[in-house]
Amino acid sequence: MTESLAITKFSDLANPTRFLALAARILPWLAAVTAALFAVGLYLAFTTQGDYQQGDTVRIMYVHVPAAWLSMMCYSVMALSAIGTLVWRHPLADVSHKAAAPLGAAFTLIALVTGSLWGRPMWGTWWVWDARLTSVFVLFLMYLGIIALNRAMDDPSRAARLSAVLILVGFVNIPIIKFSVNWWNTLHQPASVIRLGGPTIDGEFLRPLLVMALAFTLLFFTLHIMAIRNEIWRRRVATQRRMAARLAGRES
Amino acid sequence: MSHAFYIYTSYGIAGIVTLCLIAWTVLDGRARRRELAALEASSLRRRSAAAAETQKP
Repeated sequence: MTESLAITKFSDLANPTRFLALAARILPWLAAVTAALFAVGLYLAFTTQGDYQQGDTVRIMYVHVPAAWLSMMCYSVMALSAIGTLVWRHPLADVSHKAAAPLGAAFTLIALVTGSLWGRPMWGTWWVWDARLTSVFVLFLMYLGIIALNRAMDDPSRAARLSAVLILVGFVNIPIIKFSVNWWNTLHQPASVIRLGGPTIDGEFLRPLLVMALAFTLLFFTLHIMAIRNEIWRRRVATQRRMAARLAGRES
Repeated sequence: MSHAFYIYTSYGIAGIVTLCLIAWTVLDGRARRRELAALEASSLRRRSAAAAETQKP
C-alpha cells in the first residue's frame, strides 16, 4: 500500500504540469533557505580560526570542497536521469539531465580554479597533471561535451538518448575521481571528511565546511528545478510554434 | 590575513560564477515566460488548457 502510494506520488511528480505547480510552490522556500545557509556559512568561513600549518588559506577549502563534491553529485544526478531516459523513456528525465549539465560544468570550473588558487601557495604550483586534478579536468570536458551534444541536435528526444549513453559511459570517471588519491601517488591530499573511520579534520573547520556544503547542495537543487522548469517552458513554446506554423499552412 | 590575494580571488571567482549561473537561469526563465505569454495572447493554447477551460461551468 505504502509502496503503491510512493509510486503514485512519483508518477505525479513526473508529470510536467504537476512538476511546474510543485516547483512554483517550493522554489521560494528553497531559495530563502539557501540564501540563509550561505549567510551563515560565509560568516563562519571568515570568523573561524586558520590552520596552524596552512594559515588562512584553509578558508579556500569552504568553497573548493563543496564545489568539488557538487561536481560529482551533479554528474550522479545526471546518470540517474540518463537511466530514466534509456529505461523508462521519460521526457522529464531527458529534461533533467539536459538542465543539470551547465550547472555541473560551472561547479567543476569553481573547483578547478579555487583548487589552483589554493595549490599555488601550498604546493608551490598552480597546476600539476596528477590523477585527481587530471580526472576532474576530464569531468569538466565531459560536461562541455554533453552540453555541445545536446545543442547540436534539433530533435530533443534523440539528443537526450545520445547524451544519456555518453553520460552513462562517462560515469566511470566518478569512482576514478573519488579513489584517485588512494590508487595513485598524488600531490592532492587523500579524503579527510567522507572516509571510513570518520572525518579527520577538526570541528573548527568541519562546521563551516558542512554548512557551506549544504548551502551549495541546496543552491544546486534550486537551480536544477528552475532549469528543468525553463526547459519544459522552452519545449512548450517550440510545440506551440510548430502548431501555429501547421495551422497557418492549412489556412493558406 | 595571510595569502589574502589567493583567498579573496577564490571567493571572488566562485561568487562571480555562481551569480552568473543564477542570473542566466532567472533570465532564461523570464524570456521563456514572455514567449509563452505572447503565444497565449495570440490565442494559441495547449490543448489540455483549452479543454480545462471549456469544462468549467
